[in-house]
Amino acid sequence: MSTTIITPEDIIKKGKIVFKKTENMTDNTLSYCPGCGHGVAHRLVMEVVEEMGITEKTIGVAPVGCSVLAYDFMNVDMTQAAHGRAPAVATGIKRVFPEKYVFTYQGDGDLAAIGTAETIHACNRGENIVIIFINNGIYGMTGGQMAPTTLDGMKSSTSPYGRAVETMGYPLKITEMVAALPGVSYATRQAVHQAKYVRKAKKAIQKAFENQRDEKGTSIVEIVSNCNSGWKMSPEKANEWLDENMLTYFPLGDIKK
Amino acid sequence: MAKVRGAVVINTEACKGCDLCVVACPTDVLKLNEQVNAKGYNPAFPANHEACTACKICALVCPDMCITVYQYKPEK
Repeated sequence: MSTTIITPEDIIKKGKIVFKKTENMTDNTLSYCPGCGHGVAHRLVMEVVEEMGITEKTIGVAPVGCSVLAYDFMNVDMTQAAHGRAPAVATGIKRVFPEKYVFTYQGDGDLAAIGTAETIHACNRGENIVIIFINNGIYGMTGGQMAPTTLDGMKSSTSPYGRAVETMGYPLKITEMVAALPGVSYATRQAVHQAKYVRKAKKAIQKAFENQRDEKGTSIVEIVSNCNSGWKMSPEKANEWLDENMLTYFPLGDIKK
Repeated sequence: MAKVRGAVVINTEACKGCDLCVVACPTDVLKLNEQVNAKGYNPAFPANHEACTACKICALVCPDMCITVYQYKPEK
């Protein structure tokens, strides 16, 4: 056995790259807060698009929310929609360009509140699109207000004593709701706060894009994510809180496949 | 037995010092630097580089895609 010492510099020089940033992401620095799950979700969508070789054929729709600047980061054709209207815009794009791959990238305030009607009706029509739904239980961009997905007792800037379900209703499980519609071919809930969940989330996103290729109908991939700024926690604490609280109410796994 | 070795290169200017890679690393390779980058964040750096096994976990959880992972398998 040789006793040559291999330094990290040698490894970088002689070794092979096993992980690098996908070329489908631009070099712009992400505008998200440190530790935000959006970055991982962006990367997974773009990696799937790259690996399927459909970069030139993909059109993304990002409506209002923290992800409003997604067109700056995703190196595919992107358009922007009015608040909540991404599934409607995506419907139009997909019907005009049926050979393109169309996805929407929406937050919970966007998809589950102001855009509920568009979401449900696009799913009910079985539009052949992919909906990526980032659920962090809060309106992140506007300053941490209560969203339909805010948990029971969870504090936000508009529910400072915690959400009271008696007066404010229960957290909305929109993925379960749309899974009941016949137009939806695939509904799943994933997370990106730990490496094992990241791997599963990528497979789910891949399946959603494959469903679009096979013209199976709407696919919705919910990603339970953190909002450490809105939750007023450090990124590490926010991920622990997510694991203990969000995942009990929003269990991970395929809801319809 | 030849051991698989790994190394990471971190884009310190894109790093926001969120600490998630430091927490996730199973072999405690990474740490946050006390020196700040141009944006005022404390970027991660490989403090214990010899322990890296190229498992990619840090890169998978990094929200800002700052980490490139290299793997080297010494010949037997």
